[in-house]
Amino acid sequence: MAAKVKQLPSRGGTPAEKVYLIEIFKGMAITLKHFLRNLWDNSNLYVRHYPEVQPDIPARWRGRHRLLTHPDGTPKCVACFMCQTNCPADCIMIKAGTRIDGVTEKMPVSFTIDLAECIYCGYCVEACPEDAIRMDTGIYAFTSSNREEMKIGMTEMLSLKGGFPEEEYQKGLEGE
Amino acid sequence: MALGIEASLGESVLTSKLDEIINWGRKYSLWPYVFGTACCAIEFMSTAAAQFDISRFGAEVVRYSPRQADMLMVCGTITYKQAPILHRIYHQLCEPKWVVSVGACATSGGIYDNYCTVQGIDQIIPVDVYVSGCPPRPEGILNALMDLQKQIESNSILIDPQARHKDFRGILDQ
Repeated sequence: MAAKVKQLPSRGGTPAEKVYLIEIFKGMAITLKHFLRNLWDNSNLYVRHYPEVQPDIPARWRGRHRLLTHPDGTPKCVACFMCQTNCPADCIMIKAGTRIDGVTEKMPVSFTIDLAECIYCGYCVEACPEDAIRMDTGIYAFTSSNREEMKIGMTEMLSLKGGFPEEEYQKGLEGE
Repeated sequence: MALGIEASLGESVLTSKLDEIINWGRKYSLWPYVFGTACCAIEFMSTAAAQFDISRFGAEVVRYSPRQADMLMVCGTITYKQAPILHRIYHQLCEPKWVVSVGACATSGGIYDNYCTVQGIDQIIPVDVYVSGCPPRPEGILNALMDLQKQIESNSILIDPQARHKDFRGILDQ
């Protein structure tokens, strides 16, 4: 949502305005008017009404990570450690294991991202050769009262859905 | 420790109603003290400024002395050289006090995994809410504020505020 902007003309030339005192009381009246107007219904305030109105997140916004899956629901990740190596904050922890169903040689046994350390740079997404990790969930804020809970595991990242249509995401990649 | 009315009244309707009133007051009048050392402080400025308007949550009175504040917002990288300053400022805050760790640097050191950066301010002071991001969006800081307000709801005057983090032992606590 774009903020509402109101432009007012410059004033202050007339003698009545140069006395200031009258203008001060006029100003106070305006303040009181706004106060009374917003006292019970604050929907007209010139602010972003954040918890009620969610912000517009563009498709290229790097939000929370998610792991992509094959159509059969298994993770696309092949545990090649590219993202973990490329991560400047060292926040990705992968444990690799053998994949027995023959789709790929390896798969992650556990894939943990510590959101307390993550700086949302998107290097993991760039490094990934399999398009297995993306940051297109559109989740823009994450808070926690426990640092251990900020370590996001594989199941949670696999369950997150992309926040944007596929063509919109691909369009965002064109500039890179 | 029981002082004043809670010593004489104990757990009763009067104290629980008093809890509600006091928590309501505390919740909507958090006075932040911003320990801003890096770019997260810029995001806090955006949160406090006109568009996001932190005063909608009653936390607009940003104090410039920790003695007048009850919410410490640590926005930015804390080095070992700065750790004693943060530690002292935390202890100068009025009880009951809450700490918000804004951004990756304050929460865990972020990308600065080196000899001079504290790997998370919870090594020095107890933290109530961590915000993820580098820097987090203003929405993230507002989320942390709302989380904190939820935590404050469960406070009681029967519980000594200093006992909340009684067992906490930081690297600077003797």
